[in-house]
Amino acid sequence: MSKRRILALFGDFAEAHDAIADIRRNEVPGVTVDDITMKSPIEHPEVEEVLGDRPVHIQKFTLFGAIFGLVFGFLFLASAQATFLVQPQGGKAVIPLPANFVLVYEMVIFFAVWMTFLSFLFLSGLFKKRSRLYSEKVSLDQVGLMLEIDESIAEPLRDLFKKHKVLEIREEVIQ
Amino acid sequence: MMVNEKDINEQIAWAKINTDVLRSMENPRKSYWVAVAVCLAMVACAMLAEYIQYTVGMGVSNLNNPHMWDMYIATFVFWIGMSHSGTLLSAILHLLHADWRKPIYRFAEAMTTFSLLTAGLFPIIHLGRVWNMYWVLPYVSDRGIWPNFRSPLVWDAFAISTYLSASMLFLFIGMIPDLAICRDNTTGWRKKLYTALSLGWEGNDRQWRNFRKVYLLMACFLIPLAVSVHSIVSADFAMSIMPGWHVTSFPPYFVAGALYSGCAAIITLFIMLRYFFRFEEYMTLPIMEKTAKLTFAIAMVWTYLNLIEFASVWYGHDMYNKELLIAKATGPYAWVFWTMLFCGSVVPFALAIRKLRRHMPTMFVVSILLNVGMFFERWMIVAPTLSLSHEPWQWDVMWGSIVQWALVFGSFGWFGLLFLVFVKVFPSVSMYEVKEMVFHRNMTAGQRDVLRMTDHAKPVKQTPGVEGA
Repeated sequence: MSKRRILALFGDFAEAHDAIADIRRNEVPGVTVDDITMKSPIEHPEVEEVLGDRPVHIQKFTLFGAIFGLVFGFLFLASAQATFLVQPQGGKAVIPLPANFVLVYEMVIFFAVWMTFLSFLFLSGLFKKRSRLYSEKVSLDQVGLMLEIDESIAEPLRDLFKKHKVLEIREEVIQ
Repeated sequence: MMVNEKDINEQIAWAKINTDVLRSMENPRKSYWVAVAVCLAMVACAMLAEYIQYTVGMGVSNLNNPHMWDMYIATFVFWIGMSHSGTLLSAILHLLHADWRKPIYRFAEAMTTFSLLTAGLFPIIHLGRVWNMYWVLPYVSDRGIWPNFRSPLVWDAFAISTYLSASMLFLFIGMIPDLAICRDNTTGWRKKLYTALSLGWEGNDRQWRNFRKVYLLMACFLIPLAVSVHSIVSADFAMSIMPGWHVTSFPPYFVAGALYSGCAAIITLFIMLRYFFRFEEYMTLPIMEKTAKLTFAIAMVWTYLNLIEFASVWYGHDMYNKELLIAKATGPYAWVFWTMLFCGSVVPFALAIRKLRRHMPTMFVVSILLNVGMFFERWMIVAPTLSLSHEPWQWDVMWGSIVQWALVFGSFGWFGLLFLVFVKVFPSVSMYEVKEMVFHRNMTAGQRDVLRMTDHAKPVKQTPGVEGA
């Protein structure tokens, strides 16, 4: 059976929200909320009530970055100080802890911030080619629901969207 | 009777927000180009001065023992301070859910980045031998240059570079959804630029969830970072034993001063952008009032810290510190000292008067005067101490030459030029956040309840449309 990608555009977030809620109540057998990708011009944390809990893992990378900054920062600075100072002065390396505390503080934040940013790029699915169904209206004032479904489910799904005052439905056959 | 005025027109159509902001990038008022020309002229003055200083030597700036830093380091501190308000206030207000920040935070964050880039020029300028500028970096050397990790100047290099990169990331991340809007609505070189910078943003729920988290985390890190940066800059002075510098309250004093000058600059730029780009609907009087009130509060903190410093010097009975304080108030720098106190502690009372807060020309003049005061503050930290240090044979008053003043003056042109180019190329009002602001303010309590109640176990109620357009 062929598969189809559908993008339904709503002029009203509440209608899109209700459409997702209907899918969650299994009003269209064969479609679950896990199949839905919502596209919107602004962030809608409220939608998680119906879309379900979709975890975000960025903070783990942030923690890793901070710990890396702490450990690497101290080792890097201590080894640099030992090398830099021992050569002109001779004798034991001087590694002053107060100065290192200040510098390690900066290194913790530096690496945490960069790891946060890089993990965001990776985990958000950026750098992908935009779907052919992408609508510029989603960056303006409309909310889009995108699903990949079997051909047989397309009709009841369209009916559901129409019930919720969908403005436009775009489709493509993907398989 | 005072009417509770709204921060923004909550009925504004979302399409109009896009149109207004995108239009601003194409079609500013003519005064925008006048401002660009003025900035270019100022930069040209600075370049000529730098050319003279480069070819003749540092003598033309009047810098000599004991005034080895003077105006250049004072300007460096001024620009680092200026950088504080944008990102720091944006981060704090974001964490506090103060949504009135949304129309103005973008240009404030850009101000941070360009202030840091301007500040970064001054260590290079005041080196004299600019071709050896890379010697200031703490790298392994085979020429006998050994970085001293115990020096606050090295801490500065770490702190400022961390702050610069974090601020730029914060600014960039916050712009990604807007860059996607620009990508969808422009053509030619702009489309290519925005397509590359928007990184394929589609606005799907996965991207928004990650976006929310990354923005929150960045804000959390930027607050302690910003505080540490100016504390470390204060350590450049406070770690020494020079009179007037070896002061325990210097870190909070510097941070308060930084926030103060940054807030004043936000008011100046607010008024300029509002006029240049016809942003009266976004940069509204209520938002100006809130910014002015915040500035007034910080001005009072700064005044209090000044009094603390004067009192601790007066009652501390340290001869050198006390003489220095008396010399500041009565000596050759007295006019600078009293102007600083007048502009920094008296002028801000204009911000406490509602009628004046709502009068843009007055606010423009006041914000400029506040920053004149803050520039003099930095000058008064540096110059009197160098003039009256411990050894009487070193006592000397120095006034900057025209070359030194031209470089200081030109730095304002450089900052202005970077800023004006930025606001012409990138949206200076955050479109998606203004939409969010309008959306959330339009959601009445009843509508919120409907959304909260709606889950898979309960029947779904239909709610009236809440989005504009």
